[in-house]
Amino acid sequence: MDLRPRSHPTYLAFVVHRVSGLLLALFLPLHFWVLGTAITGEARLEGFLRWADNPLVKAAETVLVVLLAAHLAGGLRVLALEFLGWRSRQKDLVAASAGIALLAGLAFLLNVV
Amino acid sequence: MSARGQTHLWVVQRVTAMLLAIAVTVHLVTIVIAVRGGLTAAEILARTRGSEGWLAFYCVFALAAGLHGAIGLRAIAAETLGLRGRGADLAWVAIGLLTAAFGIRAAIGLYA
Amino acid sequence: MAEPASLKVSVWRGGADGALARFEVPARENQTVLDVVTHIQRELDPSLAYRFACRVGMCGSCAMTVNGRARWTCRTHVRKVVGPDGALELRPLANLPVIRDLAADLTPFFEKWRRARGRFEPREAPDGAVPEDFAVVPPASRARREADAGIECIGCGVCYASCDVVAWNPDYLGPAALNRAWTLVNDVRDGARAERLDAVAGDAGCHSCHSTQSCTERCPKGLDPSSAIAGLKRTLFWDTLFGRR
Repeated sequence: MDLRPRSHPTYLAFVVHRVSGLLLALFLPLHFWVLGTAITGEARLEGFLRWADNPLVKAAETVLVVLLAAHLAGGLRVLALEFLGWRSRQKDLVAASAGIALLAGLAFLLNVV
Repeated sequence: MSARGQTHLWVVQRVTAMLLAIAVTVHLVTIVIAVRGGLTAAEILARTRGSEGWLAFYCVFALAAGLHGAIGLRAIAAETLGLRGRGADLAWVAIGLLTAAFGIRAAIGLYA
Repeated sequence: MAEPASLKVSVWRGGADGALARFEVPARENQTVLDVVTHIQRELDPSLAYRFACRVGMCGSCAMTVNGRARWTCRTHVRKVVGPDGALELRPLANLPVIRDLAADLTPFFEKWRRARGRFEPREAPDGAVPEDFAVVPPASRARREADAGIECIGCGVCYASCDVVAWNPDYLGPAALNRAWTLVNDVRDGARAERLDAVAGDAGCHSCHSTQSCTERCPKGLDPSSAIAGLKRTLFWDTLFGRR
């Protein structure tokens, strides 16, 4: 694929939205299944949470928080275009979405460590 | 699936998107607050056990997320793998509802 | 930066399974990409096929892929797109069958305008009769402003060639046809609103658009098909939610 005509901000926003959406959609059933299984008792849930203290798991969680925030903020941009007809400030909205995603990741990291 | 059915899937996608806009914001804030000083099972269950409010929230959240994700995957599969047609559409709706069911099972676990 | 004395132009030759051919074209102070193509055909290889008519950005027939991006070649100065080594790459418009060389077949493009019911259907005179009186259309009304925003489309196909959804879904109507439909949905004189909204709904229509906004980014007329498609989605959303369709 020729990337030259695909470098405008709203295209990058689409790529981020698609990749984050794909990863989140694949993670979702896993998340629900593991949580539903771990929740069968307080001790079992506690055991799972202690396993999740592993730095690798924390890093993965940070990535997930960033993906979720990016998909949320990017989705709000799409909704603003589709339902409010905001056509003029699309590029600013893309920049704001990126900022929100990074802020959410930072907030998570600062609180989890 | 007819153009009408496809339109309905899109409407479901956007209605769930609006619900998720609120639910995900709540979820992210809850996460960031909850992880302060480490997560413990007792802490989580103290918040959710017996709380109809959190149960309702997580059930709506799970249903919206399950359907939203599956309809999104449907578009990706159609555009990248060429997977289209009525059978595929019904399969995606089933996958969405099944995912949501797992989420609701987890929500009930947090409540009971 | 010193101007290179000559341009190294790679030009698509043949049909879908063709290849790039190299030409050396003298660089000039003021030169459009269309000038370059014309030079190749007149001076270097008369068998080169391409399409143009007005040369001044009115007809929309000279659109090609210039260095990977769909453009009107008559309104594109070489110095704005040429690489530092004088490299220029010309291909026919993407997402369309290639007739030969730089000429793309726009039949599917216009066929989709038809499928999107892009033809005005007068409400007052469905049988083609002349209405009794002029319709009153306030220029400042919301609907008319929406229609005006998209009405200047000349059907050059740049947006269609720039749209990834067209590439991924061959049935997708594309930005130009959907933009046209939106102008007619907002035309109070038109009588086919319901049928037109049916025609643009679903996966082949506006609901496949992912708002990458390549169409809006590339439109040489500065139109915003992406917002027109969003308008169709919005209209269909409320109509569907309230059971109006």
